[in-house]
Amino acid sequence: MTVAESAFLIPQFAPAAAEIVVLCMACVVLVVDLFVADRHRWITYGLCLLTLLMAAMATAMYVPRETVVTFSGTFISDPLARVLKLVTYSVTAVVFLYSKDYLRERELFRGEYYLLGLFATLGIMVLISAHSMLTVYLGLELLSLSLYAMVAFSRDDPVAAESAMKYFVLGAIASGCFLFGTSILYGVTGSLDLAEISRAVAALDGLNIHLLFALSFILVGIGFKFGAVPFHMWVPDVYQGAPTSVTLFIGSTAKIGSLALLMRVMVEGLGGVQQSWGDMLLVLCILSMGIGNIVAIAQTNLKRMLGYSTISHVGFILMGFLVGTHRGVEAALYYTVAYVIMAAAAFGMILLLSRRGFEADELEDFRGLNARSRWFAGVMLVVMFSMAGVPPFLGFWAKLAVLGAAIDAGLTWLAVTGVIFSVIGAFYYLRVIKLMYFEEPSDTLSLGGGSDLKLVLSLNAVLIVLLGIFPEGLISIFNQIVTAAP
Amino acid sequence: MDFPLLSTLIWLPVAGGILVLLVGDRQPGLTRWTALGVSLATFIASVPLFSGFDRTTAAMQFVERASWIERYSVEYFLGVDGVSMPLILLTTFVTVLVIVAGWEVIRQRPSQYFAAFLIMEGVMNGVFASLDAMLFYVFWEAMLIPMFIIIGIWGGERRVYATLKFFLYTFLGSVLMLVALIYLYMRSGSYSILAFQDFPLGLREQVLIFIAFLTAFAVKVPMWPVHTWLPDAHVEAPTGGSVILAAIMLKMGGYGFLRFSLPITPDASMTLDWLVISLSLVAIVYIGFVALAQNDMKKLIAYSSIAHMGFVTLGFFLAYAIMRRTDSLSGAAMGIEGGMVQMVSHGLISGALFLCVGVLYDRMHSRQISDYGGVANTMPKFAALMVFFAMANAGLPGTSGFVGEFLVILASFRAQPWYAFLAATTLILGAAYTLWMIKRVVFGEVANDNVAALDDLSRREALVLGVLAVSVLLLGLWPAPLLDVMGPTVDHLVEVMTRSKL
Repeated sequence: MTVAESAFLIPQFAPAAAEIVVLCMACVVLVVDLFVADRHRWITYGLCLLTLLMAAMATAMYVPRETVVTFSGTFISDPLARVLKLVTYSVTAVVFLYSKDYLRERELFRGEYYLLGLFATLGIMVLISAHSMLTVYLGLELLSLSLYAMVAFSRDDPVAAESAMKYFVLGAIASGCFLFGTSILYGVTGSLDLAEISRAVAALDGLNIHLLFALSFILVGIGFKFGAVPFHMWVPDVYQGAPTSVTLFIGSTAKIGSLALLMRVMVEGLGGVQQSWGDMLLVLCILSMGIGNIVAIAQTNLKRMLGYSTISHVGFILMGFLVGTHRGVEAALYYTVAYVIMAAAAFGMILLLSRRGFEADELEDFRGLNARSRWFAGVMLVVMFSMAGVPPFLGFWAKLAVLGAAIDAGLTWLAVTGVIFSVIGAFYYLRVIKLMYFEEPSDTLSLGGGSDLKLVLSLNAVLIVLLGIFPEGLISIFNQIVTAAP
Repeated sequence: MDFPLLSTLIWLPVAGGILVLLVGDRQPGLTRWTALGVSLATFIASVPLFSGFDRTTAAMQFVERASWIERYSVEYFLGVDGVSMPLILLTTFVTVLVIVAGWEVIRQRPSQYFAAFLIMEGVMNGVFASLDAMLFYVFWEAMLIPMFIIIGIWGGERRVYATLKFFLYTFLGSVLMLVALIYLYMRSGSYSILAFQDFPLGLREQVLIFIAFLTAFAVKVPMWPVHTWLPDAHVEAPTGGSVILAAIMLKMGGYGFLRFSLPITPDASMTLDWLVISLSLVAIVYIGFVALAQNDMKKLIAYSSIAHMGFVTLGFFLAYAIMRRTDSLSGAAMGIEGGMVQMVSHGLISGALFLCVGVLYDRMHSRQISDYGGVANTMPKFAALMVFFAMANAGLPGTSGFVGEFLVILASFRAQPWYAFLAATTLILGAAYTLWMIKRVVFGEVANDNVAALDDLSRREALVLGVLAVSVLLLGLWPAPLLDVMGPTVDHLVEVMTRSKL
């Protein structure tokens, strides 16, 4: 070992500028929030949005564009990280905005929601930039702990508390599994650094029993975070039990964290034994698509239905990863971002329809929406058709990318399975449209919601349509990232 | 590049539909006139397609080509040949009539109704004009959305069941086609349909692709045994929806066979032609009997549609049998031309019959044959037109219904006399179910007080049905313009579909 290598190196701080900004601002907001009266709570809200904006500016302008590994090899800044972080900020900002009126009407408009949201965002950012199993775990726990607290955040609601407990207990087990897998992996490869692991694994036989053991445990952890079958038990309960604004956060922003986890650990760290974990993912993928789509049909609660729908979409995301080609990874990235955009709009609609003392989370609450507001019925129509994968909306291109990757890798049978499940899935999306358009409303109240919520929700739907008609931009971003990666 | 005519035909109605939505329901008059204006403008814009069409070549015309999604080599690639051009004209023509037919009838949310039809018109034009498989698929699926809404909002009592069944059946069929298209893209590196046609494929691949295409198109046509969505959808759809379904949407299945199955998988088509031919013959004979047993007028016409579409698919797939039997290709083109004429003519006739039922339904709110009787006594003008369309449906010489059936039967005789024998039963069955319905509805004594109180056609209704009657007659007496347009394309198609790719 040479002197230069063993000596302590001052890390480069510029690549981590955004994380530093978010951390500092979160601490500042934490203190400021103490001194803000309840009726001035918008200050906290504004500061949180400002934080996200500052982080976005830091990422876009200050962080170097090339790939940098720093902090003794635990932190990486690369094009993937930049793009995923920018997506995270925008989605989080939208989530915060959607949640504002909902929280205010439920007397929940407190600093905690936004602060926990910021810390969860920081967790996602750390995950995105993780280059060592240690940082991965750090990010994962920061994200998870914030989410547990957010679910339980509505203190007086026993259902929320129950879901939080369930989420926490299962989540802790999953984290434990992940950690256990990591320790075996450390034993096998002798390193926690993902680059080192990748090199060490390449030299190993894919059927090395210790490695397989490590892989299975790590995959249990990842499967849980994603909500893939059979580790999906928490999804419907948490989606339904949590306050809708939290469900929105878990359903959209948090998915980027799971994506980053899979991307960094499996694709970059353990890419060499893709063959081994690809088959494991295959099982998760088919089960998720099947159970997600079929069980969703039986739901009457929209949040629960969207929970199962998430599970089925996760199946599609995993399909992209399991084929093990560049095209597959690209498709999975694209699919996740597309899904996040759609999920934000779907939960945004629930928030829009909710009023003081009334949760619009039953399917029935959408009955006759077309008679109440043609525009927002149209928004929901777009979201539902997009999720069902009907062109010309965003969701179709995402499905196309994944199916293309599967067929390209010779897994045509898997693609056929996928499309057949998506036809089954189309049924429950259509049922929402049926309720909105083909039935008369049971209440004729006009819609609540502030004009900012309405505006952003409309823009969200317009984005789904625009990215459906001109999908090139988003697709090429992920193509560049994947081709730029080694 | 010349004026982008095809793009106009696609996007003008879509933009018009959005405009109609913006006008809203507060001024129904303005809404209706805007919709009519847009549809008329589109129809007028489609006329140069016919007049400027080069009848001597099988090449694509009015081509527009631009890159759309480079990453997946998807192009915005439009063009028409002798097969798609008549179908686009049919679409623009029928849409105008549908708008007029819905004029005063639609009271509930008229702007959404008219907008749905206009948007659908644009999308359907897109289906016929696309030469890029992914563009085609986007239009093909997008078309389901307005139709789903049309049946669901303005349909009859069991509309929700019917529209879900319609959507899911068609969706299931087309996703398999999607997989086949992606597969072809992965193999050939482009989504261009014309490139697919030249791309060599092994027999096993071809058979699988053929089956995927068959699922998509058979559901759409619809062929027996995947036809069960059609009677439900037709019965529950509002009149305009039934007309568009029968006149244009069913044609997409037939068009798909000509554009995809036959030229892209010629060897599989040759190997499996017995399958399509037998399904077509079952449709013609068995569904003919089923139609005989119906009590509901719309259901009867729906089943008659299935039987008539059986003629179309029969005509398309005769070529191989002719080649095997006579070692020559003369007559093969005749079958395909017959099928094409049958598609256009069935579009006009079934559309007209659904409009006739719509006229009665608007007055009596019943589609049951038994509720009627002796309508001719109170509605003489209507009776004359309806009898005329019924005759055309039964294939009376001099009407367009005759030309197509005659050509297909001639071609099938060349392929196998038994085919011709079975196909010809339609002349009896078709006459039986149509004329029997006419007898029970139109003729005889006035059956009840409701019938006695009927008013004859309004000027608007008379105009719509009259225009259709003239077209049916014109096409029957003088099919040459249509055959001329198709000639070179069909000859080229026969050549492509009999050229082995192995």
